[in-house]
Amino acid sequence: MALLAVERLRVEFPTRRGLLIAVDDVSFSIAPGEVLGVVGESGAGKSLTGAAIIGLIDRPGRIGAGQVLLDGRRIDNLPPEAMRRVRGREIGAVFQDPLTSLNPLYTIGRQLIETITTHLDMSQAEARRRALDLLAEVGIAAPQRRIDHYPHQFSGGMRQRVVIALALAAKPKLIIADEPTTALDVSIQAQIIALLKRLCRDHGTAVMLITHDMGVIAETADRVAVMYAGRIVEIGPVGDVIHRPQHPYTQGLMGSIPSIVDERDDLAQIDGAMPRLTAIPAGCPFHPRCAYAFDRCRAERPDLMRAGTSLAACWLHASPARIA
Amino acid sequence: MSAGGPPQGANFAPGGTAQRRTPQARGERTSTPLLELIDVARYFDVSLPWLNRLIERKPRQILKAVDGVSLTIAEGETLGLVGESGCGKSTIARLIVGLYRPTRGEIRFAGRRIDFADAELALRRTIQMIFQDPYASLNPRWRVADIVAEPIRAHGIAQTPREVDARVTALLEQVGLAGADGRKYPHQFSGGQRQRVSIARALATNPAFLVCDEPTSALDVSVQAQVLNLMRNLQRELGLTYLFISHNLAVVHHVADRVGVMYLGRIVELAPTHELFTSPQHPYTRMLLAAVPDLSLTGKPRTAVAGEVPNPLDPPSGCAFHPRCPYANERCRVETPMLKRAPTPAGATAVAACHAVEEGRLTTVLDAA
Ligand SMILES: Nc1ncnc2c1ncn2[C@@H]1O[C@H](COP(=O)(O)OP(=O)(O)OP(=O)(O)O)[C@@H](O)[C@H]1O
Ligand SMILES: Nc1ncnc2c1ncn2[C@@H]1O[C@H](COP(=O)(O)OP(=O)(O)OP(=O)(O)O)[C@@H](O)[C@H]1O
Ligand code: SF4
Ligand SMILES: [Mg+2]
Ligand SMILES: [Mg+2]
Repeated sequence: MALLAVERLRVEFPTRRGLLIAVDDVSFSIAPGEVLGVVGESGAGKSLTGAAIIGLIDRPGRIGAGQVLLDGRRIDNLPPEAMRRVRGREIGAVFQDPLTSLNPLYTIGRQLIETITTHLDMSQAEARRRALDLLAEVGIAAPQRRIDHYPHQFSGGMRQRVVIALALAAKPKLIIADEPTTALDVSIQAQIIALLKRLCRDHGTAVMLITHDMGVIAETADRVAVMYAGRIVEIGPVGDVIHRPQHPYTQGLMGSIPSIVDERDDLAQIDGAMPRLTAIPAGCPFHPRCAYAFDRCRAERPDLMRAGTSLAACWLHASPARIA
Repeated sequence: MSAGGPPQGANFAPGGTAQRRTPQARGERTSTPLLELIDVARYFDVSLPWLNRLIERKPRQILKAVDGVSLTIAEGETLGLVGESGCGKSTIARLIVGLYRPTRGEIRFAGRRIDFADAELALRRTIQMIFQDPYASLNPRWRVADIVAEPIRAHGIAQTPREVDARVTALLEQVGLAGADGRKYPHQFSGGQRQRVSIARALATNPAFLVCDEPTSALDVSVQAQVLNLMRNLQRELGLTYLFISHNLAVVHHVADRVGVMYLGRIVELAPTHELFTSPQHPYTRMLLAAVPDLSLTGKPRTAVAGEVPNPLDPPSGCAFHPRCPYANERCRVETPMLKRAPTPAGATAVAACHAVEEGRLTTVLDAA
């Protein structure tokens, strides 16, 4: 059974000018030990999807429809106190914004030890030892000399790693990592990826990995979901999505990645911009930017349908054997 | 290996004054430097509070975040700066824009020193910074329009409220946002959208020099492509000069004319971009390039970077890289290498701080796997 199942999730913001739908009818699941990569345009709804799973949508935003199941148990309707326990203990979260997850007034060590003793049955001394181990695992040199420092005394990438250590502190079953390696150089990145993979393999930890770094996805993810304008437009095995993208948006995305081997002057870019939430076009939300758009795309919204070994929400793949 | 010592590399940098007014070669800038760092260092006292130190009998701890960096950036040039997390990149950025004062050394902009307090004001407008953390650098209580308008008002770039509004709208559109987004607060934006707000703010004063600290790390690849193309166009149109800090080597490869590689507070290699990526000299640069993830790698492990991450509170003796270096010998353990022009390949303009490179013990082939 899936460890995490997200079913027809919708996240909305009531505003004076109507309802903004930021995450629209999103469904996916993650098995124990599996890494699901989530990629897509800035503002596509990746972070909000992650925030909805851990019950952290800020008011006036809300989950408008759908449900979230962890180990078969619904968690989207838990009271705040119960959700808080799920959050530290069963789901570890790495936020896109490392600074706000750290308290500037407390040392790194105090924050780690507090998280550990809240969720695990450990003494102060044991918790401190675990904190030191965690810091070493995320690549902080000489942790015993760093543990009593404050967040502002760390570099951007070091803070990001402390946040990862915090997320792992209570040995959660599911890790939601939102851009965990963006501020990290390749060698530390490799270390964090190796750590995540080890957790998946040895402890069956599941990971939802939100990142725009395709290199990291290629290496880490088992499957990839591509989001655009609040929806999943393609989902499939990592190799297929990267090498045989089925949705025109995914194809454009793959073309805009700079590489260290070629000498292009301009990077390919997908012209135009993602629609604003207030003006999502009818039909396929990608059609104004899509080179293949035809009449049906402008009129009718495509659901995910079989496209090779993946699923893609694109009418180019419509066939009688269509699945919902 | 701490205080004093000759400025590293100043005489060897490809953009140095020695080559003034010769024709410009690709990747090799030749005009007078716009920005110059001369043996710049910045130390931080990270000791525990005095009482704790007394009780726990711990010594004072000094962290040498930047320790003797010399470099030049020519007008219109983009210098890329790469290196491991914690090696001192953001500290250099903050020194240049005046957020930190150097412990030692000089920083010159257009020939004038800018490393003391009263020198800054006149030049602050021409040097702007895009910060690594788009969240921390935007005031959460201000609307985006006010955030972008603040430098415009402060520097008197536009006079009437209408002019200010028009300029703000133009800037927001330039970075791919809509004018109407100005009414929102930062928390109503996604990570990448916030980063674009900080780029718009940095461009607001028509700066001549932009320090970009991981400007596109929070952006997805398609928006990243748009922003990088935008930055390149702005450079062509306005003659901007960039210091571009990124851990993403592919991005640096794409935008930089020259690249500096840092390790533990020092520059260990500085070379024209093409040269750096095709014939890296320093063993650390070679390792970095070998560790770049690659789309073709699906499912396969990448080359790991060997060895322990160094501790800046207690840097290794001699060459700081020696504990991780496959070519280290006795000399490396005792003598700190200076930046020197690499002897091979013929015609190379790279400078590297490595004994093995200097002694010709390394081949130019990428073999440090
Ligand atoms: N509090 C809010 N009020 C109104 N709109 C919001 C709010 N939070 C997010 N949004 C909007 O919802 C959309 C999705 O945001 P989200 O943060 O999930 O994007 P993302 O895919 O994570 O993007 P990025 O890659 O830039 O981090 C964006 O258009 C954003 O502007
Ligand atoms: N204000 C400060 N007080 C104490 N130490 C600091 C301070 N700022 C930076 N440091 C230390 O200086 C070193 C260099 O930090 P810096 O932020 O320059 O690194 P960086 O190269 O930008 O790394 P990253 O890629 O992780 O952002 C780090 O060891 C950091 O802990
Ligand atoms: S100086 Fe020695 S230890 Fe340092 S990089 Fe060169 S060969 Fe390696
Ligand atoms: Mg996000
Ligand atoms: Mg930094």
